[in-house]
Amino acid sequence: MPYRLLKFALAKEYPEPRMFHSPDVLKDEYDVVVIGGGGHGLAAAYYLAMNHGITNVAVLEKSYIGSGGTGRNTAIIRSNYLTPEGCRFYNTSIELFKDLSRTLDLNLFYSQRGHFTLAHSPASLNTQRWRAEVNKQVGVDSRIVDPAFIGDRLPQLDLACGGHLPPVYGALYHPPGAIARHDAVAWAYARGAARKGVDIHQQTCVTDIEVRDDQVAGVHTDKGFIKTRKILSAVAGWTTSVTPMVGLRTPLVIHPLQAMVTEPLKPWLDHIVVSATLHLYVSQSSRGELVAGGSLDPYELISTRSTLGFSEQLAGRLIDLFPCVSQINVLRQWAGLCDMTPDFSPIMGKTPIKGFYLDAGWGTWGFKATPVSGMTMAYTIAHDVDHALIKPFNLDRYAQFRLVGEKGAAAVGH
Amino acid sequence: MKIIYCPVNGPRPLQEFRFGGEVRLMPDPDGSSDEQWADYVFNRSGEPGIKREWWYHIASGTWFVAERNTVTDEFIRTYLYEDQPDDG
Repeated sequence: MPYRLLKFALAKEYPEPRMFHSPDVLKDEYDVVVIGGGGHGLAAAYYLAMNHGITNVAVLEKSYIGSGGTGRNTAIIRSNYLTPEGCRFYNTSIELFKDLSRTLDLNLFYSQRGHFTLAHSPASLNTQRWRAEVNKQVGVDSRIVDPAFIGDRLPQLDLACGGHLPPVYGALYHPPGAIARHDAVAWAYARGAARKGVDIHQQTCVTDIEVRDDQVAGVHTDKGFIKTRKILSAVAGWTTSVTPMVGLRTPLVIHPLQAMVTEPLKPWLDHIVVSATLHLYVSQSSRGELVAGGSLDPYELISTRSTLGFSEQLAGRLIDLFPCVSQINVLRQWAGLCDMTPDFSPIMGKTPIKGFYLDAGWGTWGFKATPVSGMTMAYTIAHDVDHALIKPFNLDRYAQFRLVGEKGAAAVGH
Repeated sequence: MKIIYCPVNGPRPLQEFRFGGEVRLMPDPDGSSDEQWADYVFNRSGEPGIKREWWYHIASGTWFVAERNTVTDEFIRTYLYEDQPDDG
């Protein structure tokens, strides 16, 4: 390893090959145009090329890849949801994640930690028992544990929550819960897609979409017009800026979600801990930083600004739960955009406009779904038929009053 | 601290307020189709821009309308629903 580092220090030019080469100009025509170079868009492009042999694909990203929700989440991966539809979908994602470092030949630091969702009242323990039963039914490893078990696994956790907050009655324990390096997921999919011939255009903003006779005809960008008959919108928090271009109404409302990291510490927090009552979730990254997030900002806002009120409240709750962290410093704080749906499930698949496919409604649960959403959206685009796993998530469920109420994601989802 | 101007109580901190969503007119339940009703129940105009929204001052129980930019978080003006300006 030191020799490799020396090479970096002494070489005049960067000694490693680039992850991918950005083409200079847009082609006149692509078979598929993906709007949004986040994990979801890049994964869809990758699976279009790998699984369906469609390689004449452009990914258009208005900033740099992974600059949106992909690089702003708290990198938690789990599948202990409340609806059978959600459990099956997210569990497929975990199965894909487990092999992803090997498949994409890049170390994603996928680290299985075990995930605790704390219950601070008998009522919330009942809801978690419900979740555990649904989970077992669809083959998700998940069970209720008592405070003694929690104390054994998390000795630093104050089960009394400082005495002034509701104490811990138990938890939903989900052993497969994991974390991963989120930006690496975007980069790995980008490299994999580019190797297969996909063009990734960064700094390319979509300004309008051409629709003729209810069929997509092309996209206008700040670098020119592209002819295409298939467009995937995979822009999460920016979806409400794209859907008006094709005249589509959606239930999406954008809220910011803030998070922060502390200075790095030696490894001490093995597990991922979530408390909906305290509006907190926390894990320790492979770099040793505590990564903590809270609940959504309480009103609609399409901006990634941070607030002091958030970090004050989150830090207070963190100390209530883990008194040992009271002297450590917060390193940085940021916000990501969450496109929230009324039933806390995503909106995926075909739309009333032919050739316009939607991958949206990712709220606080997008990162963990990156592989499965890429795979299922690629299938949907290639065959023009919604993949079986995402059929329940089609936009038409609202008009049919057939919602997928995913309370397992609510409060402090992610 | 963010300050919001309540039309009854004047400038107050954000913590005293609750967001109530955009101001929308309910279609006639008897005269609208299922599609129109579903559109009213679920769909929202989520695109960035200046919107008319319901806000609630918790301490005094005052519902009022705010015109707010959802990108910059700037409150352009606030007024009671019945006092809606002619250009509003």
